Amino acid sequence: MSVIFLVVPLATLIVLVAVIGFVISVRRGQFDDLDTPALRVLHDDDTPKHDGARRSTR
Amino acid sequence: MTVADVAPRGAVPAVGQDVACTHCGLPVPRGLVVPDAEQQFCCAGCQTAFEIIHGHGLDGYYAITERRDGPVAATGRTFDEFDHPTFRQMYVRPAGDGLAQVDLYLEGVHCGACLWLVERVPLIVPGVARAELNMRRSLARVVWDDAAVPLSRVARTLDSLGYHPHPFRGLAVETMRRREDRAMLARIGIAGAIAANVMLAALALYSGQLGGMEGPYERFFRWVSLVLTTPALFWPGRVFFAGAWASVRTRTLHMDVPIALALAVGWLRGTWNTVTDTGPIYFDGLATLTFALLAGRFLQQRGQRAAADSAELLYSLSPSTARVVDGSATREVPAQALLPGMVLDVRAGETFAADGIIASGRSAVDVALLTGESRPVSVEVGDRVYAGTLNVSSAVQVRVDGTGEQSRLAKILQQVDESTRRRAPVVQLANRLAGWFVAAVLLIAAATVLYWYPRDPASAIDNAIALLVVTCPCALALATPLAVSMAIGRAARTGILIKGGDVLERLANPGTLLLDKTGTITEARVVLSHWSGADWIKPLVMALEQESSHPIAAGFRRAFEGVEVMEPSLTTHVVGGGIDGMVEGWHVVVGSPAYVEARACRRPGVVMPPSYLTPILVAVDGTIVAAAGFGDPVRTDARASIDTLRSRGWTVRIVSGDHPTVVAGVGESLGLPAADCVGGATPEDKRRLVDQARQRGNVVMVGDGVNDAAAIAAASVGIGVHGGAEACLATADVYLARPGLAPLVALTEGASRTMAVIRRNIAFSIGYNVIGATLAVTGVINPLIAAILMPVSSLTVVLASWSSTTFHADRAV
Repeated sequence: MSVIFLVVPLATLIVLVAVIGFVISVRRGQFDDLDTPALRVLHDDDTPKHDGARRSTR
Repeated sequence: MTVADVAPRGAVPAVGQDVACTHCGLPVPRGLVVPDAEQQFCCAGCQTAFEIIHGHGLDGYYAITERRDGPVAATGRTFDEFDHPTFRQMYVRPAGDGLAQVDLYLEGVHCGACLWLVERVPLIVPGVARAELNMRRSLARVVWDDAAVPLSRVARTLDSLGYHPHPFRGLAVETMRRREDRAMLARIGIAGAIAANVMLAALALYSGQLGGMEGPYERFFRWVSLVLTTPALFWPGRVFFAGAWASVRTRTLHMDVPIALALAVGWLRGTWNTVTDTGPIYFDGLATLTFALLAGRFLQQRGQRAAADSAELLYSLSPSTARVVDGSATREVPAQALLPGMVLDVRAGETFAADGIIASGRSAVDVALLTGESRPVSVEVGDRVYAGTLNVSSAVQVRVDGTGEQSRLAKILQQVDESTRRRAPVVQLANRLAGWFVAAVLLIAAATVLYWYPRDPASAIDNAIALLVVTCPCALALATPLAVSMAIGRAARTGILIKGGDVLERLANPGTLLLDKTGTITEARVVLSHWSGADWIKPLVMALEQESSHPIAAGFRRAFEGVEVMEPSLTTHVVGGGIDGMVEGWHVVVGSPAYVEARACRRPGVVMPPSYLTPILVAVDGTIVAAAGFGDPVRTDARASIDTLRSRGWTVRIVSGDHPTVVAGVGESLGLPAADCVGGATPEDKRRLVDQARQRGNVVMVGDGVNDAAAIAAASVGIGVHGGAEACLATADVYLARPGLAPLVALTEGASRTMAVIRRNIAFSIGYNVIGATLAVTGVINPLIAAILMPVSSLTVVLASWSSTTFHADRAV
């Protein structure tokens, strides 16, 4: 059972990574508009320059 | 037959020649032209449509060429004003890398194909780096190289695609909101993740208490809880400490004080117990409390957002375009693109789109929107007119000096925005109660400590913490605004836009309901059903009526469609009277009998309409030559709705500017006593009736016209109905976006249900707190049970607000 001393901190670390990921995605505005990206993904990727992938990160 | 046969424009293009879309015939933007292809399409929608039509062998459709004459949605405007320095200063921001960025509100965005099309703008216009569209809000963010391409070019392209661009006005508010939303969402995410994990640790501890747990493991999980909970309190939970500190500084007791106190004391005691390895830790309760409170606040904020969005609706109701005089010609320009110095042409019945000085002409202006005064004010060259006011009598030219956010209208709209944020008295009651409540709780907590300390020092602290946790008034302060904002949100979905929570409280108790007739009870579809006069009079009437926005004028226009139109001169409009003007040398007067008979006499052979119709007389050169009668059909749901409202205890009265016999006739058909049908009421009369009725209690005024605006503003609750005038909608507390009177019934029912929910919530949370506090002070429950009970009570109240059916779409017919 002493493995729990290792596993719980590890799990906490994973949670920390997830939380950091979430905060970063919120700050980049990924939750600002929940309707449009669902449609955008359906479009063919025929844009010649791909700087559209670099989203604004204000 | 092939497509190329019938649609030569779709053939392979020569260089420099415009390519027409095979399906719709609009020019294909250059970036979308497929070289050497037989068929060319301007958008994915057209291509799909073509494939379906072609696939079914229905190419004959393209032989019908008339279809192509009118599909062009583009306005063809130059959008020169988009390159103006003032415009740039107001709306354009730098986007880094030497690029500029602007947010444009696009008209006509409706589906995924629009998204595709708008986001292809960088392909069509070289120099545009990005175009990103937010579908739900129809907002496009364009990032472009200012040196390479002017914004007007981008705007023209969007326009040619069928999306008319307007600069987005509420940018500052938008940025602030977005920052708030993001911060709140991050806090909720963190608090939620921590709460869930602390709960896991708590689960281990609780099952350990039941089944036995070795000391080191128990200690370990207690430390894990401490380590996890601490950041939850100091990052997401910071808002409560900040709120409590602000509350202490301003010396007003606020909900945040006991929350912060409970969090702080609970954390200190829990940490102490963890370090010394004795007694309960409260971390699971504290983490869950933080998460639940943050989530509740977010929901509340979202509800208020919905109200703010309905205020944005008012922005869109304010005039969207104006006619700018450009040399001898005039062109339509969106109101947002107006710049100081432009000269506008404003006809009678139109609303001024900007503040300015009259440059030529004289007229009367209805300033009810700004001052509440319903009598038109006469203006002449050099006088000031304001955006949002109505030009009543004749065409004028105005030199613009205040636009956009500098205009007086914008300042009024800011007040409307504020009033949407104003709280219902019942919410304020809950807050006041919370203040007293907090004071009482703090006193009782101190008394508990003082009482228990000499007897049992350990349980003194425990009981005080249990008290603080169990009496946390979040049920009280959370559920009421939640119930109000839920009701407002649900009402909005059924087409009832409520601008403030206090409205619900005032609509819950029956009082006097004053209904305007035209447009409210009736369909405002004025139908000419009696005409006694020669045909040569018709063009003269049309000449005067063609530019008026009055419903009677619309009725004439419909009835006399196809009649030759002549230019009138020296036209004067008198509100509630008629129109007076010169047509081809004739002095023509069209208006109510009182108005016309004061200016003309003798009526050889003119048959007056029957009394239930609205009579209109026509006089030419002092002789009454024709009489018209207009009828207005009563809405089908009017009788049932009015009966329902009366059975609920409302006193229903009709007030109308229309002729008393007409009003009495409509009243009779609705089963109202003649005494409750007031006809011939001027705007001042309407207002006076509202004031009189107010002395007896609640007054709800329902109307649709500018003539109702003053009465609507004076009433306890003003309601504007579908299709109403701008001034009336701006002053109204509630806007019914669906036609008919059925929404009125849904509104009053929903309001009383909402108030019932609120009263139930308050009663529940007070009862709960009294019992909880008693148990805590006497030491019956320990802090752990208190921490479990506390969210349970809040959750009960939240669920009760959530599940209560205040407004529902299916009921609203």
